[in-house]
Amino acid sequence: MNDLPILSLVTFLPLVGAAFILMIRGEPDIVARNARNVALWTSVITFALSLVLWFGFDRHSAAFQFIERIEWMPAFGIAYHMGVDGISVMFVLLSTLLTPLCILASWDAIRVRVKEYMIAFLVLETLMVGMFCALDFIVFYVFFEGVLIPMFLIIGVWGGARRVYAAFKFFLYTLLGSVLMLVAILVMYFVAGTTDIPALMNYGFAPSLQIWLWLALFASFAVKVPMWPVHTWLPDAHVEAPTAGSVILAGVLLKMGAYGFLRFSIPILPEASATFAPLVYTLSIVAVIYTSLVALAQEDMKKLIAYSSIAHMGFVTAGIFTVTQQGLEGAIFQCLSHGIVSGALFLCVGVIYDRMHTREIARYGGLVHRMPVYAAVFMLFTMASVGLPGTSGFVGEFLVMIGTFQADTWVAALITTGIILGAAYMLWLYRRVILGKMTRSDLMNILDLSGREKLVFAPLVVIVLWMGIYPVSFLEIMSPSVEQMIERYQVAQDNAGDLSFASLLQGVIDPVALSSEE
Amino acid sequence: MLDTLAFPEVFLAIAGMAILIYGVFRSGNPTRPVSWLVVLALVVALLAVWFGPEQGQAFGGMFVLDGFAVFLKILVLLGSSLAIILSLDYVDRENMARFEFPVLLLFATLGMLVMLSANDLISLYVGFELQSLALYVVAAFRRDNIRSTEAGLKYFVLGALSSGILLYGASMIYGFAGTTNFDGIATALIGNRVEQPSIGLIVGIVFLSAGLAFKVSAVPFHMWTPDVYEGAPTPVTAFFAVAPKIAAIGLFVRVLVDPFLGLVDQWQQIIIFISIASMVLGGFAAINQANIKRLMAYSSISNIGYALVGLAPGTEAGVRGVLLYMTIYLFMTLGTFAVILCMRQKGRMVEGIDDLAGLSKTHPMMAAAMAIFMFSMAGIPPLAGFFGKLYVFLAAIEAGLYTLAVIGVVTSVVAAFYYLRIIKIMYFDEATDSFDRPLGWEASSILGGSALVILLFFLFQAPLIDGAGAAAASLFAG
Repeated sequence: MNDLPILSLVTFLPLVGAAFILMIRGEPDIVARNARNVALWTSVITFALSLVLWFGFDRHSAAFQFIERIEWMPAFGIAYHMGVDGISVMFVLLSTLLTPLCILASWDAIRVRVKEYMIAFLVLETLMVGMFCALDFIVFYVFFEGVLIPMFLIIGVWGGARRVYAAFKFFLYTLLGSVLMLVAILVMYFVAGTTDIPALMNYGFAPSLQIWLWLALFASFAVKVPMWPVHTWLPDAHVEAPTAGSVILAGVLLKMGAYGFLRFSIPILPEASATFAPLVYTLSIVAVIYTSLVALAQEDMKKLIAYSSIAHMGFVTAGIFTVTQQGLEGAIFQCLSHGIVSGALFLCVGVIYDRMHTREIARYGGLVHRMPVYAAVFMLFTMASVGLPGTSGFVGEFLVMIGTFQADTWVAALITTGIILGAAYMLWLYRRVILGKMTRSDLMNILDLSGREKLVFAPLVVIVLWMGIYPVSFLEIMSPSVEQMIERYQVAQDNAGDLSFASLLQGVIDPVALSSEE
Repeated sequence: MLDTLAFPEVFLAIAGMAILIYGVFRSGNPTRPVSWLVVLALVVALLAVWFGPEQGQAFGGMFVLDGFAVFLKILVLLGSSLAIILSLDYVDRENMARFEFPVLLLFATLGMLVMLSANDLISLYVGFELQSLALYVVAAFRRDNIRSTEAGLKYFVLGALSSGILLYGASMIYGFAGTTNFDGIATALIGNRVEQPSIGLIVGIVFLSAGLAFKVSAVPFHMWTPDVYEGAPTPVTAFFAVAPKIAAIGLFVRVLVDPFLGLVDQWQQIIIFISIASMVLGGFAAINQANIKRLMAYSSISNIGYALVGLAPGTEAGVRGVLLYMTIYLFMTLGTFAVILCMRQKGRMVEGIDDLAGLSKTHPMMAAAMAIFMFSMAGIPPLAGFFGKLYVFLAAIEAGLYTLAVIGVVTSVVAAFYYLRIIKIMYFDEATDSFDRPLGWEASSILGGSALVILLFFLFQAPLIDGAGAAAASLFAG
């Protein structure tokens, strides 16, 4: 089985499905139905195939596995190099899991241009999976940036009233961040002579150069995460995107930024990461507290969850830059947990939006009387978002807190306030929407979850509880990779020279000397 | 005879005159057969370039053939023939069916080939003028149309001015180097390398660069471009946007690299300046355009800015980047103009960007192809435009031109805005009026072909990179 290019198969299988959908012709109704079916089956098969990664992954190794390598641009020494380690394999599975659920969730919600919608989602899946598997920086960049195309169309074509504004803001914000990363990639290429990620991890850039490279990468990943103050695209994009678009945005696209920090900033630029850790802490704390307060004031359910996403991602960034075993594992765990939970919360909003066509909190109330199953599901995900023990949210947040406490007590103390605020806005949301008396007459006939919707939520419920009750099965996969990362980071810190602003300026004046410094 | 270095040029010249005679004496309207004959002649020339000799000099050193010239000649011939094929339907429909049109384009192409093989300031100028004179006429080809004649006149006056500047620069260089031959100039420069190069020579290079910058429509010599693009008949604009741009960029590269490589420190500042200015102006000025041809004019200005990023370092990697960039530019631009040529409502050509509204519903495949071109021009991977930018920035960073690279990528975000606007109009807005059908097989096949090239470029780029690399190396070897 090791001969099978499993990563390429998982990456490009959705494209095959997209090609099939492209060829469907005939009556609009039949085309839509066939497109839905083909998309669903393609993504389900892709998920099944990606389970090979889960079962075949060697949990004792920190090395990259399922490696594939084909020459791509021999003139530049750039190869199509794929592989996963304990960190990325989880994100691959997250992407392949969420895509079929998204397609299922858009089954009835999307009625216009179904064919194009399904193609966009399958292309998006290819790009997401490819990005997490890429072991060459240029290949990574191609996938990373390519994601913008389908996402721009998904928001712009199937989005809400202000979709054009949101789509442009999303695209241009992320593009501006990414192009700076491209420059950094090219600089790395000329200094290190390669864009191969494992090789770059072992290279060791001159500290004064690292500062600049780190800032360029930060510009890209911070927008993607998103970190305060470059987060403003996210609420707009979330509110305007169709439900499934929001799920993918929150579930996978935000993780691309965190993954970038984990894969590039920390291992390749360790000294600069240490230098800038206080900056990241500060921004994370601001994100956690400020956006939680903003979330409290929201009238729109999706906007509230969008702001809560920013707050939760603040935990992730703080956890990553502690570079401790607990902090890193907590951050990755929080990424996965947030991917499932926020995705599920957006699906919850989507369920009632499909029925009532409004997301305004004030328009709801007392749904528990008519929709008991829905209320139970919503409660579980609310609790997971709050971080109740027994759900996945608890494990991630708790580990991050341990990690930050080792790094800095103040950071830990301030970050913790986010959990309290998070409980406040989530529970208040729940009370206003689900509990209380049902006063509005138009809610009287609202229907509980349909069979299809139950099918969408069932796997998410199981995973949230599994991650909360027995997190070991996830942590054991990432542990060796995280350990190795910390080990290398420590070695780099011990060897680090003096990183002053004098050396920084010297780097600007004389880039040639800089590259020979190493 | 096929071994003759200048066979493609000689063949084209004779073929052009023969076709002209054929057109005069044929009864009925000969435009279509003449067009196809011209295309045939260009294809024959293309094959002759491709399979002909690859190196050597002729006409007493005035004419040079190397990998660089061959690569660009193939592009120019390809671009010209495709542009003529694109024009066929339009010419019939819009009462522009005069057989001189394709023949003039053939002579312009011939001029470009001479430019690309120029190894002497004299042959450079001769090629240049042959190209320009033919283009002045086709810009004003619709004599009865006030915008077309205005475009032709504007182009002629400003073009003549720039030719004058170029000639002035050439005479300065001759005065201070003592020769017009590129090899001779290079030798003369090596001779007095120890001293500071004479100020007269530098002034000559500045004038020469200004003249060339006009031809490639780089800022600050770009003013004619939007008006000419808008005013000229659309197939002529399509032609302008492709072949002459490629030829002029090629000439720019050859003139600066071949004789003046020793003075790279001097001319590098000029190139960096016009490159940044073109990228910035091309990015910002296009935002408010309502006419798609004007928008394409600004887009071509910014594209030239990116191509010049590759020229700025004066290195082999940079020239390779320019060649690859122009190859990709050829397909993106031709494809986009194929769409523009299909913009016809109720038998009338329309040029407003808003006329594209809802194209994704009325013509889904055309909209998809246009979206591919726009995303590609915005430089989004995995489309070809991204790789084009990658190669030139790679060279700029290798040479340590960080500021140039950073400004370049940031302006590409600005430019992305207006490309996205077109996609927005096609995909997010509701259709008001549908374009007429059918599109014509010529336009659809060029449209589809270009879209496939741009979309799948990442799969087959390795041989192209090698080809461009060899072409760039040949320029530095000689």
